[in-house]
Amino acid sequence: MPKILWWKYATIVAVIGAALYALLAPNDRAKPFNLNLGLDLQGGVHLVMGVHAQGAVANHISRLVDEVMAEAKANKIYALGARSIGTTRQEITFAAPREREKFKEFIEREYPGLIYADLDERHGTVSLDEREAERIEDFAVEQSLEIIRNRVDALGVAEPTLQRQGKDRLLIQLPGLDDPEVAKSLIGRTAVLEFKMVDEDVLPEDALAGKLPPEDEVLYERTMDSVSNQVLRRTPYVLKKRAVMTGDLLTDAQVNIDQQYNQPYVGLQFSSAGARKFAELTGANVGKRMAIVLDGNVYSAPVIRERIGGGRAQITGQFTMQEAKELAIVLRAGALPAEVSVLEERTVGPSLGADSIAAGRLSMVVGGVLVIIFMAIYYRLFGLVADLALVLNVVLILGGLAALGATLTLPGIAGMILTVGMAVDANVIIFERIREELRLGKTPASALEGGYDKAFSTILDANVTTLIAALVLFQFGSGPVKGFAVTLCLGTVASMFTAIFCTRALFDGLLATREVRTLSV
Amino acid sequence: MSWSIIPADTHFDFLGRARLFVAISLLLIGAGMVAMLLKGLNLGIDFKGGTLVQIRTQEEVPLEAVREALSKVGMGGAVIQRYGSPRDLLIRAEAGGEEVGRRVKGALVERFGEQGVEVERLEQVGPQVGADLREKAVLAVVYAMGMVVIYITIRFELKYGLAAIIALIHDVSITLGAFAITGLEIDLTVIAAFLTIVGYSLNDTIVVFDRIRENHRENLQLPVSRVINRSVNETLSRTILTAGTTLVVVTALFFLGGKVIHDFAFALLVGIVVGTYSSIFIANPVVALWDRLARKDEDAGGEGVAS
Repeated sequence: MPKILWWKYATIVAVIGAALYALLAPNDRAKPFNLNLGLDLQGGVHLVMGVHAQGAVANHISRLVDEVMAEAKANKIYALGARSIGTTRQEITFAAPREREKFKEFIEREYPGLIYADLDERHGTVSLDEREAERIEDFAVEQSLEIIRNRVDALGVAEPTLQRQGKDRLLIQLPGLDDPEVAKSLIGRTAVLEFKMVDEDVLPEDALAGKLPPEDEVLYERTMDSVSNQVLRRTPYVLKKRAVMTGDLLTDAQVNIDQQYNQPYVGLQFSSAGARKFAELTGANVGKRMAIVLDGNVYSAPVIRERIGGGRAQITGQFTMQEAKELAIVLRAGALPAEVSVLEERTVGPSLGADSIAAGRLSMVVGGVLVIIFMAIYYRLFGLVADLALVLNVVLILGGLAALGATLTLPGIAGMILTVGMAVDANVIIFERIREELRLGKTPASALEGGYDKAFSTILDANVTTLIAALVLFQFGSGPVKGFAVTLCLGTVASMFTAIFCTRALFDGLLATREVRTLSV
Repeated sequence: MSWSIIPADTHFDFLGRARLFVAISLLLIGAGMVAMLLKGLNLGIDFKGGTLVQIRTQEEVPLEAVREALSKVGMGGAVIQRYGSPRDLLIRAEAGGEEVGRRVKGALVERFGEQGVEVERLEQVGPQVGADLREKAVLAVVYAMGMVVIYITIRFELKYGLAAIIALIHDVSITLGAFAITGLEIDLTVIAAFLTIVGYSLNDTIVVFDRIRENHRENLQLPVSRVINRSVNETLSRTILTAGTTLVVVTALFFLGGKVIHDFAFALLVGIVVGTYSSIFIANPVVALWDRLARKDEDAGGEGVAS
């Protein structure tokens, strides 16, 4: 047998070995074969969240303007008030044009990142320059991703995927989790914790009737029905808009049980700076009511009885144990810099995934066996060799998926089944060519050679087009569709190897070792 | 000796009947267009936004009971249908948003009990994502077509590239028409099937083109149309065999692959039949026609008219 043939066999054995190794090598994840199953096969939750990053810019500018006005006041420059116009600008009102001029000068000197513009005699606007706004948006998205990652980690999901997608979207995949509600309430919550003073001078009824001072706001405490989870009652509170303290100074949040009422509550621990601030705050406001506000909802508004040192506080309310736990997790992980919302959600239960795998396997076996039988009958010995190539093709696709760490999805299984049908195409083209060559009266050896050589360019062109379509699909696709594109690509490449290279090596070996007078094709 | 599906000496005059087959194709495309205009395409929530809930009940339940339970939470407008077995139901609502899924689930648990119903699949797509996916899907099909045509033009000639794209538009139109007529739902996986059809149909077309080119090289003086019939006949058994094996597996997928990829398999089934047909009956006449027109330009009154 010629030396080149031995090299070919060595290559084939090496490729099969590599595929089997990728597929079967022991791993620490105890998976059947080393295949990543998509969420549609193993069950789980797929979420695309949109980050409303503009909100972070709005918060940023409103905080900055508060700071600027306080600083200006310290320098005896007085502005009457500020309000948001749009999301990225604040309008400042002045008593007189002279104040406006002084304020403008002050901003330009002290805050180069801010852009000031006159509006009219007594009004001006402050905005962020565009690059700075973009930077804040970008940072808000990154930060949201990190915070959500921390929250998800607390959920204890094995192998979660969290990725930023485009400008302001986050892709979150939680395999094996079949209750999306827990995940969503944990992930989607902004968790902005604020402490606000109750304005005792204004009655809620008056405030609701329209007599609300400009520095106040009305927020509600919701009383939920524990069975139907619907809002029973909303109690209004009149609060000072400005938060006296926020949750960013927290170091810990834990669920505790109130001994007296056997009711869970969340205990908070502030950092040392936070503890100092909290002590000052409570000391200065003994006898007044302070509301604990989370994401715009009042949880409780206790009366401050004494100065609270030690930096401890608690959030009570009507929680279930589960809710209290979630609350503690989100408070520990921190508040999101901007609101997020669910743009896309796909949840697959584990049993449906298992059904899909079973159905995919069944159709693959049935389709595959039919093709194998047909090829063996139609092309006899050649058909059997093509069948061998077909089986090898499937092994290589699976091995390729394992080696690339790609994900097998339900459409991916469909792609593999389709490949089984299409992979024999290369062999059909070759065998039909060989038949033609034989009809022209060529010897077996030259018919074989002619068949393979002439078929090659056809097969190459035909496969490249399939590959192009598959690559476009990969670019465009999301989760399941991407899985399909990957198997289609792998299948096309693998079929070139198995159907052309492997089968030819086998036939050449056959011709080299014995004298063949007729070909059974 | 071996046996063949197509006898080796088949000489069917494909080009001679081109008019008939083009008429058939136009009829099919027309039927699809009419259905599309009258009924529109049934876009899935991937492209339209909305909510889809697949549930399995412990026992067989009447659809009315489900509808009643859903009406109580203001979801009376949802579409409810059986999905495969009598215990499997599919609920679709046009409204999206986080609340919808929860409401549907809550209503069903209330009516049938915690043990009585299991949510197998829940999908919610917001209108923004839906619009994005719709745009991406159309772009993907267009890009894929454009790129393969460029490839064919480079490897062959412009007239082959044009013929291929006409065949592709033909295939995608008819398959899309089939979806309009049957009212089956078009989701992301169906788009994947469309791109696969693009790949498969080209694959098929190229095998014939390749043979035409080869036969044409033997005698460059001959008009292409003369060698087309011969080439199609020579590759006919391969065309039919490959379409056959592919159809066998896709049929298996269609009947056994489960409901989730049923529509996907349907698209493949239609597309492979149409793609095979078009590479024989549509792509080749276009090449012949182009060639004939080009030759007429070259020497008016020449003898290059085939039939």
